[in-house]
Amino acid sequence: MKKILAAALALALALAALPALAAEEVNVFNWEDYICDDAIKLFEEETGIKVNYMRFTTNEDMLVQVENDPANYDVIFPSDYIIERLISKDLLEELDYSQLPNATENTLDWLKSTDYDPTGAYSVPYMWGTVGILYNKTMVSAPITSWTSMWDEQYVDNVFMMDSIRDTLGVTLKMLGYSMNTRDKDALNEAKEKLIEQKKAGIVKAYQVDETKDKMIAGEAAMGLMWSGDAAYAMSYSDDLAYVVPEEGSNVWVDGLCVPKGAKNYDNAMKFINFLCRPDVAKMNFDEIYYCTPNKGAIELIGAEEPELLEDETLFPTDETVARCEFFHDISQDIQIYNRIWLAVKSAR
Amino acid sequence: MKRSSFAFPYGLWMLMFTVVPIFLIFYYAFTFMGEFTLENFQMFLEPEFLGILGHSLYLAALCTALCLLVGYPAALFLAGRDFKRSHIIVVLFVIPMWMNFLLRTYAWMTLLEDTGIINRFLEWIGIGRKKLMYTESAVLMGMVYNFLPFMVFPVYSVLAKSDYRLIEAANDLGANGAVTFWRVTLPLSVPGIVSGVTMVFMPAVTTFVIPRLLGGGTFMMFGDLIENQFLTVGDWNFGSALSLIMMALILVSIGILNRFDPDGQAEGSGVL
Repeated sequence: MKKILAAALALALALAALPALAAEEVNVFNWEDYICDDAIKLFEEETGIKVNYMRFTTNEDMLVQVENDPANYDVIFPSDYIIERLISKDLLEELDYSQLPNATENTLDWLKSTDYDPTGAYSVPYMWGTVGILYNKTMVSAPITSWTSMWDEQYVDNVFMMDSIRDTLGVTLKMLGYSMNTRDKDALNEAKEKLIEQKKAGIVKAYQVDETKDKMIAGEAAMGLMWSGDAAYAMSYSDDLAYVVPEEGSNVWVDGLCVPKGAKNYDNAMKFINFLCRPDVAKMNFDEIYYCTPNKGAIELIGAEEPELLEDETLFPTDETVARCEFFHDISQDIQIYNRIWLAVKSAR
Repeated sequence: MKRSSFAFPYGLWMLMFTVVPIFLIFYYAFTFMGEFTLENFQMFLEPEFLGILGHSLYLAALCTALCLLVGYPAALFLAGRDFKRSHIIVVLFVIPMWMNFLLRTYAWMTLLEDTGIINRFLEWIGIGRKKLMYTESAVLMGMVYNFLPFMVFPVYSVLAKSDYRLIEAANDLGANGAVTFWRVTLPLSVPGIVSGVTMVFMPAVTTFVIPRLLGGGTFMMFGDLIENQFLTVGDWNFGSALSLIMMALILVSIGILNRFDPDGQAEGSGVL
């Protein structure tokens, strides 16, 4: 009996020691459908570093994982307001820019210093974009310009909302004339009632995230609340689709590249981030996922090959659009209130 | 070496992956920030949460009833004595289970969509599109489809093993088909029904992926609520409290069910 116990212990110890013996690696935690697979292969070929790639669907899902065990990941892709939160909780490592020449050289100036990370010490922008409505021109009576269309009873059972708390609640607040970052209870309650009203009227077909783009291509609904890149991706498959950032304004966001506190492969993380900031790689990713790249070199490459893309307002929002939009900010403890509202909406019948 | 030592690997497995996690659930459920509290359970008493639980129980009960309604005659048919090729049918029942249930549920999505196969057919024959996806019926259908085999097999195995001479005796003594069924076959199959009901009801009440895929996130069930607490909200304490409530409910329902099966013959559920 004792021998077996000893053997089991030895086995457990051997298993625990395994990762130490493994080759160079980097643990990457990214959004679903948010990178070109060939870019990962290229990185592995060029550097010999193995990429352990993991995916998440919403910022909130990712945050729970990272807060639980930050050292589990070497590179993460959080949005602006999550970066703000991670910095305030001291969960990010400072970046070593001496290892990131591509980032220094290529990042657009206006994204080098932002509200969420004033000196860029903790994050390098990966992609940016807007939130808006993707609609099917053959299924709406007039071009969509306002969030109120998503509450219009003529579109019963024809609207996909996003199963993401901040986005769905944010655009509702915007429609009602409030800030997307409000913590005011009355404003939030008004938004909650609006969302419940929309659901009870049967306008909402489904709350989902990654499935919406394919369903919109198939013509399953007239409208969907979408991120600009997903919208551009869907539009490349169907000429019936159009994207609009409604007149009331919306959310403009930046997803950054960050390194969580205590990351086990810090140097490899630097190599991976620097690799993603190389113009040809940034363009590969742009071509694959259709989000707006903050990489000057990549923008030049796109301009040289397909200048008409730079004119496309879905791919590259105009200054006027961006001026109408608002960044999300961390609402710290009040996220509990948001969560309860979301639960009330989701469980309303 | 004693024979019981052979069970050691499984014992270790159980300790690590069953006993320890259950203790962790208890710990999280009764604490907040490391301090003892009953608040997690108090929170559950709010109408939203009770509503979600009530609706899940209702859907699970409906799903179980439908499975019994569809599955019992099927099991009876399969166990029928004159039926020589029953094993082929049994295999046909099992084949879909070789595939992961998630894939099968995704397949249902492409069938039920507005632009899906069923609606195209309906349009083609002139009936026009019907709203099939993202409804409660779609969720219920997905559940019945996935859990039906768990009803058919326990009933089938009990019926197939039962002594056919009892039915012959009933016939000899003048009972007609209906009377034989009510007084002989049905009572004999109670253990099968009990384990079938248990095996359908338990996964049905904790379902969480099917409502999201076929209901489009518009129908929140208790399983979704628990998943949401752990993965999106990050409130492990409340999530654990909900899991404990779920476990308690399942224990109670199994206890009630077993009263119908005093000899404990039901397969899989006789342990309690």
